[in-house]
Amino acid sequence: MSVPMLGQGILKGMAETARNFVGSYVKDERLVTVQYPEERRPQAEAARNFPFLVYDGDDWQKGLRCVACLICEKECPPQCIYIVKDTVRKPDATGKLQFQPKTFDIDTSVCMSCQICVEVCPFDAIKMDVEYELSTCNRFGGLLVRKEQLAKSNDYYRKMHPVEAAGVDARLGADKARAEAKAKAAASSKPAAGSSPAPALATAERVNS
Amino acid sequence: MNSALSKSETKEPEKQYELRPKVMADGTPAGDLLEISMGPQHPSTHGVFRMDVALDGERVVKLKPVFGYLHRNHEKIGEQTTYLGSMPYTDRLDYFCSLTNNWAYALTVEKLAGLQAPERAEYIRVITAELTRLQNHVSLVGFLLQDMGAMGTPLMYAFRERETILDLFESLTGARMMCNYMRFGGCRCDLPPGWLDQTKQIVSEFPRFLDEYEALLSENEILMSRTQGVGCLPRDLAVNASVTGPMIRASGVNYDVRKVDKYGIYDRFSFRVPLGEHGDVYDRYMIRILEMRESLKILQQALHDIPEGPIVDPKAKLRGFRPKVGEAYGRIEAPKGELGFYVISDGSPNPYRYRVRPPSFINLTILEDMCLGHHVADVVIILGSVDIVMGEVDR
Repeated sequence: MSVPMLGQGILKGMAETARNFVGSYVKDERLVTVQYPEERRPQAEAARNFPFLVYDGDDWQKGLRCVACLICEKECPPQCIYIVKDTVRKPDATGKLQFQPKTFDIDTSVCMSCQICVEVCPFDAIKMDVEYELSTCNRFGGLLVRKEQLAKSNDYYRKMHPVEAAGVDARLGADKARAEAKAKAAASSKPAAGSSPAPALATAERVNS
Repeated sequence: MNSALSKSETKEPEKQYELRPKVMADGTPAGDLLEISMGPQHPSTHGVFRMDVALDGERVVKLKPVFGYLHRNHEKIGEQTTYLGSMPYTDRLDYFCSLTNNWAYALTVEKLAGLQAPERAEYIRVITAELTRLQNHVSLVGFLLQDMGAMGTPLMYAFRERETILDLFESLTGARMMCNYMRFGGCRCDLPPGWLDQTKQIVSEFPRFLDEYEALLSENEILMSRTQGVGCLPRDLAVNASVTGPMIRASGVNYDVRKVDKYGIYDRFSFRVPLGEHGDVYDRYMIRILEMRESLKILQQALHDIPEGPIVDPKAKLRGFRPKVGEAYGRIEAPKGELGFYVISDGSPNPYRYRVRPPSFINLTILEDMCLGHHVADVVIILGSVDIVMGEVDR
């Protein structure tokens, strides 16, 4: 072994530790931790924690985008979503008659925040939240999140994920414009044509990209 | 340097496994063997891992690994969920390296379904996999020194650097550790703006940290005397036990799936495979440091060459994915060794059989052979140098 002097390696290491220690008094970037409850680091745009339901407009019950198609319930890997479809169609935020979920529960003690429900949703109705202080003193009921707690406004979504929300808004706006143009064309050719849910399904194909 | 090895070779091997009290030459008892149970809550065992160790004084005469505490039916769940549904579960195999796990699984299903990830996605995969290797090795080295008694400092330095890489993962995938990023035929989302520049900066600053780390430790006399000649893994045994990854390269076998298989686009990058000589704990430590330097080389090339373009194969489907009947085995060089997935499809939305070949589970099989004849304190660092993650061992 080619060690010139016993203890030299240790001294070299000690010097390194000392340099870091002294450096932390001089340079702020050497302090890598933050004092958590007082100080918080900003979250990344892509940050995700449990999902929530997006609603348009002011009334969460009326404006839910979810149409209870049960795709997320089926695709959820740990099976933490429970949906009961309503029996009657109700008008949504745009006035169109839609099915709505009567019950929409997410068991956050089971949910693993994998975002697959968001990816498979063809209606942009379920999105990932960034909330992380979710401790509760009720082990069972407290972690079961109901529809009313899950519903959050589109404004909240825009605030949490600005870039992603802008993309979704643009896509939904384009779909709506296309649907209106189609309805207008249909109305001009055949006056009593009903609106079809085709544009919403078209989004399903593009939700992946 | 090899004195420990030669000493253990001169002993009669069958007597080492005996569990009855030793008898002196004149027939008087020489004291009993002490059986201790290390773990599953022992802080050195890297998770819920237990070793039943029989000691003669301070020396190990028998060691039996006991695991299964973290078993959670991963492979059976894989048969019950859709192909895509298994992707987030693969994050939880080796939870330090979720992106390489994702890649191995995506690669297997792509083989099965005949999908091909586009150019840009392949580059993103290489970049994220090499970043994963960096952060895995850096934390492993920290943990190894923690096991050796270098409390705090090396681990905290390592975690400081690991955190910068995890921040990159968070801004790309949304999660620090449970990334769930790869998809069959590509990646889930494109790189966020500024991500490449941020990565380039971190990659260019990383060698400085490695130098600092090596100054701190590599020539440290205590580290050298604790690790050199300890836990030697002979070449033949390593090959016979199908040990892979940094473990087998530390024993001097040139086997790296990135070079052997050239999966993805690894044939485009020039990098070397560092090899050890003695196969002891020090070699395994040095291999990881050297591999990090090679990973940085790959990263620099990949970050320089990454093209624009789509990130998902247009043939790929998210819902209603049913690959044709067949089977596929895909493997990659995960930071801990060769990670393979074996999937059989019967044409339904769920795999008929889903099997994982976890590197750290197979690397663990030779733990007893490496530990016999060493002190009980060395068992801790030998286990640390294997680099196990119980999520992957127990599945």
